Amino acid sequence: MPGATYTNPRFPFRRPAALGRAAVEEQRVVIVGGGLTGLTAALDLARRGVPSVLLDEDDTVSEGSRAICWAKRTLEIYGRLGLGERFLRRGITWNTGRVFFGDREAYSFDLLPEQGHEYPAFVNLPQYHAEEWLVAACEGTGLVDLRWRSRVAAVENSADGAMLSVETPDGAYRLRAEWLLACDGARSAVRRALDLPFTGQVFRDRFLIADVVMRPPFPAERRFWFDPPFHPGQSVLLHQQPDDLWRIDFQLGWDADPEREREPERVSARVRSMLGPDIPFALEWVSVYTFRCRRLERFRHGRTFFLGDAAHQVSPFGARGGNGSVQDADNLCWKLAAVVVGRAPETLLDSYDAERGPAADENILHSTRSTDFITPKSGAALAYRDAVLELAEQHALARPLVNSGRLSRPAVLAGSPLSTPGAAPAAMLPAGSPPVDAPVLRDGQPEWLLRRLNADGRFTLLAFDDTGLHAPAGPPGVGLVVVSGREPPAGRLPGVLFDHSGLAARRWGCAPGDALLLRPDGHVAAGFRTPARDAVQAAQRRAMGHAAA
Amino acid sequence: MTLRTEPRLADPDGFYAALMEAHRGLDEAASRRLDARLVILLANHIGDDAILREALALARAAGRGA
Repeated sequence: MPGATYTNPRFPFRRPAALGRAAVEEQRVVIVGGGLTGLTAALDLARRGVPSVLLDEDDTVSEGSRAICWAKRTLEIYGRLGLGERFLRRGITWNTGRVFFGDREAYSFDLLPEQGHEYPAFVNLPQYHAEEWLVAACEGTGLVDLRWRSRVAAVENSADGAMLSVETPDGAYRLRAEWLLACDGARSAVRRALDLPFTGQVFRDRFLIADVVMRPPFPAERRFWFDPPFHPGQSVLLHQQPDDLWRIDFQLGWDADPEREREPERVSARVRSMLGPDIPFALEWVSVYTFRCRRLERFRHGRTFFLGDAAHQVSPFGARGGNGSVQDADNLCWKLAAVVVGRAPETLLDSYDAERGPAADENILHSTRSTDFITPKSGAALAYRDAVLELAEQHALARPLVNSGRLSRPAVLAGSPLSTPGAAPAAMLPAGSPPVDAPVLRDGQPEWLLRRLNADGRFTLLAFDDTGLHAPAGPPGVGLVVVSGREPPAGRLPGVLFDHSGLAARRWGCAPGDALLLRPDGHVAAGFRTPARDAVQAAQRRAMGHAAA
Repeated sequence: MTLRTEPRLADPDGFYAALMEAHRGLDEAASRRLDARLVILLANHIGDDAILREALALARAAGRGA
């Protein structure tokens, strides 16, 4: 269905030099799949100075809005990659979710009840905008060789890399990759070429997803209806996107006929019944789908890594697909960059699977539980679900049980092999935690803490010190960011961040003298009370995958 | 704490009658939802995950037939 508010760009096919040559082309990093995950990985690597070749079988960005809910952590990662403000400016910010049961509101919830974060809980924006920006940003680095209309037809994996057969409109060629990132989606060609099982659960339900252009009197919030009068016995989810575009998900049940449900007249009737007769609208994009939750057993196979939907698939309630994929790229790229330039041993890359495997399990667990609540499988399940919803309107005690989607939260890398446990005070954010934002003053000017922590993507020692004078010197390769609870004397200690609201110390759980070692992805590697240089260095070596001395 | 299984109700017949009274006039589905609301209210009151799981296991084991 042609879109009214968006026209997909067509990227040019450029004839690769390797075509028609006898020699196999050799590349260090090859990324398969130019969707959200692959483009994010390419940009992250490029910003760390690592060039890559990106192969995509198509010549455009996402067809239809697809992933639309960008979570706070994802926005922070895109902030590090230089795109965060564009999401804020172009997207629809929301923090509130509202749940309805029958013809009444059951309750609402605020996902970010406190102020003092650069990014909100969520920004809604169609995936194609994000991909278009990522393509331009990748081009801008001069380090990403984007090859459109390039289909991977075969993959031979070996201990020292992967050999790819690439088919293009002008013919086929062979490409050897020292490192291969499979970001080619739920139907991953790389995964199938390596014959790796992708196992899990299919949910016996169907959903109609429609992008609708309209101006309804709904606020910018996530609205979820259980059993509404306009769609009895099923659920409906509504999200606002920019440009008067709205996303509606109608639950259809397992017996629905997908072909028939896609018919525009039928979809329009459903939307009309929801909006009433007076609100004009136009359909922009329609799709009918079934959920699956499944994953690869391991995300690393030799020098081939699986990211995003190629590695794991979740149901959409909770916005854990796209957001999980961006965290995959965020987790892998600093490690790969360190290994490629020889600063870290190859074993560092095993931690990608050790950290993102449990994160994928967590996403699958939450999205499975949400789907079980939304699609009750038995009379008892239906009775309990409706009982919870009946209670929720008047009794707060039942609200935590309402599950219309547990919305994406950043993974805490508990038990990571890269973490150094033990030395940190109990109140401090534990090792593995994602970084937390706070408003600070830098040389008297308002600044966000995360911007300083993300500034150059290296290891950072975040030191809390009330004088700004006793901050420890970090070991080589570790940047230092000092946060002071007292205002630094004017003109002295440039760059010291003044925690004027006290939020930084409170959110990180730190007292003066405390410090945390942060990895290049911002996650906590270790915490210290009055850090000694040797201890920081040892924690940094461990987080770089070196065996303990 | 563990699940208390000794008789504790001061007026067992009175409680039982109140329970039956609560279900009076409800059809199967509505009765089922009433019981479910009751379970959720009581579970929240107890609030102890270990006790709740013990009660779940005990209730399941005490059932007759498949």
